[in-house]
Amino acid sequence: MEEVDVEPTTTPIPGFDSNQKHLGFVWGPGDILVYETIYKASGGSAGGCPFVHEVRKDEDIYSPILRKLFNESHHIFVGLQRIREDMPSKNKKPQFVSISKNYRSVIRACMEELQQVAVSTQDAALATQYGSQVSILLAVELIWNLCEVLFIDAAPAGSLVLHLLDWVRLHKADVDEKAREVLASESPAEHQAYWDVVISYVLQGRMDEARQVLVKQAALQPAARAMFKLLDNLLMKMPIFNPGETQTLTEFDVKWRHWREEVDRCLQDQSFASNPHLEDICKILVGDEDVLLEHKELLSTWYHFLVTRLLFSHPTVKPTELHYYAQSSMHMFLDTRSVPEPLDSILLAAFEFDIHQVIKDCSIALNNWWFVGHLTDLLDHCKLLQSHNLHFGSNLREFLLLEYASGLFTHHSLWQLAVDYFDHCPEFGRVYLELQIERVPLDTERKALKVIRICEQRQMTEQVRSICKIMAKKALRNNRLGSALSWSIRAKDAAFATLISERFLQDYCANGTFSDLDLIDNLGPAMLLSDRLTFLGKYREFHRLYGEKRFLDAAKLLLSLMTAKIAPRSFWMTLLTDALPLLEQIEVIFSADQTHELMFCLEELTSEKSVPNPDRPMQDEDIETTKIELLRLALARNLAMAIVKEGTVEV
Amino acid sequence: MEGINAKYVSQKISKTRWRPVSSSSLQQPDIFATGSWDNEDNKISIWSIGENGISSMDDEFEGDPQLVCEHKHNGDVLDLQFLDQDRIVTASSTGAVIIFRHHHNSQTLSVSQLWERAHHYPCDNAPCTGIVCNSPEIVTVGEDGRIILFRADQEGVLRTIENADSSTIHAVTFLRTTEILTVNSIGQLKIWDFRQQGNEPSQILSLTGDRVPLHCVDRHPNQQHIVATGGQDGMLCIWDVRQGNMPFSLMEAHSAEMWEVHFHPSNPDHLFSCSEDGSLLHWETSSNSDTPSFLQGGRNTSIVSRSALAPAGGNQSLISSWLTGDSSKGRLETTHMLPSQTLSVNSLDVLGQCL
Repeated sequence: MEEVDVEPTTTPIPGFDSNQKHLGFVWGPGDILVYETIYKASGGSAGGCPFVHEVRKDEDIYSPILRKLFNESHHIFVGLQRIREDMPSKNKKPQFVSISKNYRSVIRACMEELQQVAVSTQDAALATQYGSQVSILLAVELIWNLCEVLFIDAAPAGSLVLHLLDWVRLHKADVDEKAREVLASESPAEHQAYWDVVISYVLQGRMDEARQVLVKQAALQPAARAMFKLLDNLLMKMPIFNPGETQTLTEFDVKWRHWREEVDRCLQDQSFASNPHLEDICKILVGDEDVLLEHKELLSTWYHFLVTRLLFSHPTVKPTELHYYAQSSMHMFLDTRSVPEPLDSILLAAFEFDIHQVIKDCSIALNNWWFVGHLTDLLDHCKLLQSHNLHFGSNLREFLLLEYASGLFTHHSLWQLAVDYFDHCPEFGRVYLELQIERVPLDTERKALKVIRICEQRQMTEQVRSICKIMAKKALRNNRLGSALSWSIRAKDAAFATLISERFLQDYCANGTFSDLDLIDNLGPAMLLSDRLTFLGKYREFHRLYGEKRFLDAAKLLLSLMTAKIAPRSFWMTLLTDALPLLEQIEVIFSADQTHELMFCLEELTSEKSVPNPDRPMQDEDIETTKIELLRLALARNLAMAIVKEGTVEV
Repeated sequence: MEGINAKYVSQKISKTRWRPVSSSSLQQPDIFATGSWDNEDNKISIWSIGENGISSMDDEFEGDPQLVCEHKHNGDVLDLQFLDQDRIVTASSTGAVIIFRHHHNSQTLSVSQLWERAHHYPCDNAPCTGIVCNSPEIVTVGEDGRIILFRADQEGVLRTIENADSSTIHAVTFLRTTEILTVNSIGQLKIWDFRQQGNEPSQILSLTGDRVPLHCVDRHPNQQHIVATGGQDGMLCIWDVRQGNMPFSLMEAHSAEMWEVHFHPSNPDHLFSCSEDGSLLHWETSSNSDTPSFLQGGRNTSIVSRSALAPAGGNQSLISSWLTGDSSKGRLETTHMLPSQTLSVNSLDVLGQCL
């Protein structure tokens, strides 16, 4: 069992005193159910408490604004999966980069919206909650961006520094604000934040903007014009690696060293001795770390320090050397603080190109699997993850996606998204889906239809059957026989159809008429689903024929029902009783053969009933025997008439 | 001509309807209502697009729909209709029928009338599945197989047809002022006449062959005997209710359930349908209607598409445009809402030039 790196947080449960009672719990897919047991802490037992508490780890899923995050990222995820495998990897890289940018823009959009709501809300608790969500999203985007730069875009030496510069610039936006403030004031050069702005621009490598702002100062001090001109020159001449040009890395390196020597010379010559600010700037250009550290508040984070340091000391740094500088920068910057924050260690792991450590740290720090799931999936598509099998779940990507999707499934509404995620987990996705989809609560038929459609598209016939059975049972409970029948037809569930037909027949026996005639009359080919159902349909047809006075057809049908053994034994008595009026007609309806068959059926029936049932009251017995006698009489008479009729020769 | 506006809203939307514009004004409809489902708290919301009074010929000015007001709703919204300019009737999955009133001045919604448990089983609540109104009368149908007739301002129920159907009735539409047509989950269309007293339908029509549940129905706006239905297998059928039992024509439309079908109210040569498989189709006839022969795929020169669809699951309120396909027989042009048709389109409504 691994050690836990971080102290687990404790969540107090309202109304519960841990000194008095023990707490029992049970794990759910995304949360824990906690209840008070009757056991007291010191032995013995006391009265119970009726409450069951649900402790949820991830409340982000239920935030209405963050829902958009889940939905849009789902869309991007599905799009990513559909990128064809057969394209050469050279073409895929820009696609992956654009997908990564899509994800990030989604994060940013959510962040902005959260920010707006946080500012405008009245409720203080809600405002803090939103505020913390915003800061988490900020951190997430920062990490994602870095991963994109280092792993997905995989910039080589030279452009690496440029990309990292972009990264830092994106996440330190207050420089522009300050600059605007300064420039908008009446006399910019006298503004107290003036030099901060200039130095910040230089620290971020934005030389042109720095020069523009410097011009204002230069205008104020005509005496020192030469000095300003010199600095301006230096700033302008700073070489920037341009990956598009034909300049190779070594050429750039040579140029850069020349430039640096020139700056150094200026420093040695004390050209900027009279103006400490300009001297500072010059020292920064040379890459003097002490001066950089003096401006800690402007840098504000160790990774900014790292990037600036690289820009001015090692612009041709290779990706593999990055971690050394990262480590040292962090130590230099954060000298007094003892424990690095989780974000810092995650970024450090990223600089060390240790993807697994990044993912692991993120999983611990964040409270849901959204970020790690999507990031891992993207990295896996870029073929950056070595696939080693975990002993639970197949590989890291699949494990994380499964966890994420399971968490989604518990949400009453986002479960539909999770289906797509399961689809794209080749090994265990289907099993998970099968288990989860049966447990979606079904309130309305429409929802059930959607769930069934999802199952049918994936050929999960077992699940279809069980869901249809649930709906049919519900319908049956509410006496909606037609609904129940249509559900069992959808599931092709013969057993249930039989059950329903039994209900119909029982109703008929009890009431003497059929309910729901519209259903039975119009069964169509669905009748063939189960024998009992076929019987029901045919029996109804018999009644119809009788009603239309087509006695011959009715008689034939009735007989076929019994001889073809479609009718259940228990119903034969009723059928024979129905035959009575036909037998009693003046016209002979049943032919001799048919009458013989009827008699045969009657005999079969009565031979079974030869054993008297002691439980049955005497009245029933009497009725039965009367019926049988009547039938025998009618059959005999009919037989006689039939023989006579058939034997008569027309003269 | 094409304007696609997509906006993610944080709810799954089940129904959407344009607010009716009075026939005298030539304004485009700009306000629509949506109802949500499958959330912990469902609500109905009113949105508006663009701004009133600004007539812009270019469609650059396509604003995102803005939320005007919303109100909590008990249970999923299964159907939604505008009763008139101010009032909306909704059918809920708890079996209640609710009328909301939209106050224009304060831009709020409030519950104006509520019939709790209008549809019910002896022990449970039965979802009310469909509503149609012909102001001030409202007819609702539900999973309990009942048809109930209300009047908008009266408290009680005007008339109930109990046990109208042994299976769930999915949708209802008015044929004439006193006749309605319902479709149910064993594939039958039944016509009921309110002038008659009994509880029997005056006519039953069905497909021979497989009984496929029918989910939606709409009547041709000018010719009251032509009705279109959509079913669970995605087939679109056109019926003529005067003539017997067979549908007039059957077309395979979608690969999954068709949730809604609508004739264009003023341009009845056009028909729209949306389905679970995520596609939205536009059908157009060329000739005049007594014998409609539907060309599949359409050229839409006259329909400016600022449409509002509401797919499920993805919480998207999408507005999509039409591909202008060749009007060649046998080829179906579907609109692709974003590159992937992953999530279903739950509802559509068409009015004037907006879908």
